[in-house]
Amino acid sequence: MAIGVKVLRRPEREMSYLRATLKGMALTFRHMGRKEFTMQYPEERSVDDKRGTWAISNRWRGTHRMLTDEQGRAKCVACGLCPQICPANCIKLIPGEDEAGNRYPLIYEIDEFRCVFCGYCQEVCPEEAIHVGVHYENSEYTRERFVYDLERLCSQTHPVSTLWDPADPKGE
Amino acid sequence: MTPELKGFLLVSVLKLLVIFTITMVAVAYMTLMERKVSAWMQNRIGPNRMGYAGLLQPVADGIKNLIKEETFPATSNGALFFIAPCMAFVPALIISSVIPWAAPLPLSFDITLPILGQISHSGTTPIAITDLPVGFLYVLAITSLGVYGIALAGWSSNSKYSLIGGLRAAAQMVSYEVAMGLSVVPVLLLVGNVSFSALVEGQHRTWYIVPLSLGFILFFVSGFAETNRAPFDLPEAESELVAGYHTEYSAFKFSMFFIAEYANVLTSCAMTAALFLGGWDIPFTSWDETPGVLQTLATGIAMALKTSALIFVVMWVRWTLPRFRYDQLMALGWKFMLPVALGYIVVVTGTVYVLQYVVGMSTRGVLLGLGAVSAVLVFLLLVVVDRGILLKGSGPRRTDRPLIAGRLRPASARVDG
Repeated sequence: MAIGVKVLRRPEREMSYLRATLKGMALTFRHMGRKEFTMQYPEERSVDDKRGTWAISNRWRGTHRMLTDEQGRAKCVACGLCPQICPANCIKLIPGEDEAGNRYPLIYEIDEFRCVFCGYCQEVCPEEAIHVGVHYENSEYTRERFVYDLERLCSQTHPVSTLWDPADPKGE
Repeated sequence: MTPELKGFLLVSVLKLLVIFTITMVAVAYMTLMERKVSAWMQNRIGPNRMGYAGLLQPVADGIKNLIKEETFPATSNGALFFIAPCMAFVPALIISSVIPWAAPLPLSFDITLPILGQISHSGTTPIAITDLPVGFLYVLAITSLGVYGIALAGWSSNSKYSLIGGLRAAAQMVSYEVAMGLSVVPVLLLVGNVSFSALVEGQHRTWYIVPLSLGFILFFVSGFAETNRAPFDLPEAESELVAGYHTEYSAFKFSMFFIAEYANVLTSCAMTAALFLGGWDIPFTSWDETPGVLQTLATGIAMALKTSALIFVVMWVRWTLPRFRYDQLMALGWKFMLPVALGYIVVVTGTVYVLQYVVGMSTRGVLLGLGAVSAVLVFLLLVVVDRGILLKGSGPRRTDRPLIAGRLRPASARVDG
């Protein structure tokens, strides 16, 4: 051997093919009667999972949701922090101001294709307006439908993510 | 044509249709069984969308493969590429024509049909497409033909994966055919005949798995290798060869390889049942020995049960064991199975000679004595000898141990030496 290969010597007395085979076959046989782990997806979903086998974590970061106030208006004050922090540059925000001097978003769009679902927008938002959601069913028929506008973000109803809390890393 | 010849032809054609149909349906459902067994062993559900519990899945698979686009590699050898699946498919199906599926059926009729004229048949008819007098020799001959399809598929695809797969298949099937043929010789010696009806008749009292247990193990294991099933599925090792010899095949040509593989498994298991598990014999009863429709049906079910149990074992092993390395495969075939099979023939003939002619025991006593000898041999070979000798790991061989030991010796020891 040209290079110094460390050769592990195996205890030859303990090596056996047949006994190991029978052991393995006994193991696979025992598995035959066990309960399946399969989730029959379209019929069974993680949201109506009673056993908790497939429940998705409440720290899951899925497509966004904009929370609204009592009058049904978006809580967003168009401060511009979320497009600033967004690493994927997927948030388009054009701020506006009403007569009373309250700022609100004229245009607020999130391109879910560009989004990397880091959750920074939720973390940075001072008004707790934009959130990433605990949600994963996002199919659409056209690419344009993946740019969520303000109206669509406000009308989402899925639960919002709790994100990861450094003070409670295991989520207990 | 005489009425007897017409009757023989009619019965043969009917048997051909019935047995061929049953075989093809069985092969189709073996694909479903494989997927279900693998699913159960991995705590999954398996196909369950087509029909009740997925029972129509083979139909869906078949239709899918029929209507898929066929691709031809631009650099393949067209004619051979086309013929290769057929050459794998045909031997796989015609082997099953000699397997006795049930007890012979007494069949006598004498009818007159409008165009065909008088048709008559008398006596019994074996429930095999044909009960060839050369029985097992025919099987050995046809299994060898199966290699051609696979090797040609590998070569004509003009792809490196296919070629390596085809070469491996050829080498493996040729190697294990020797062990397979030799492992059956004790059975043929005990019966003194090679036709399958005689082989099954000979097991009415004692199934040959009892006196010839080592032969059964050798035959079953080489059956795995012959049909390219895991852990001997090196010709299509997906981790290294994509899909081996059928990498370039699509649509129904691929299906034909697939069907051929499962038909081979079916015949190999049916043959093991016929040679070692008493064929269509129902154990511990004698009511099944009066010929009749009832006997044929009951024995047919018994044979089907034995075959399916063996098929289950084949699948069970596939979903348990990892694939062999190529040198392990060859070492097992040539250095273990072949010498053991050869030695076993000597042991069996020796034991029979001593017990029958020197001691003078009855046939039953000879079989039981042989069983005791075989049991001792199985224990010795598979338990005592199985200490890293059947299969070697990838470490150094015994010969280069001292060299490495010397290299690893501490420096001080070397100075002293």
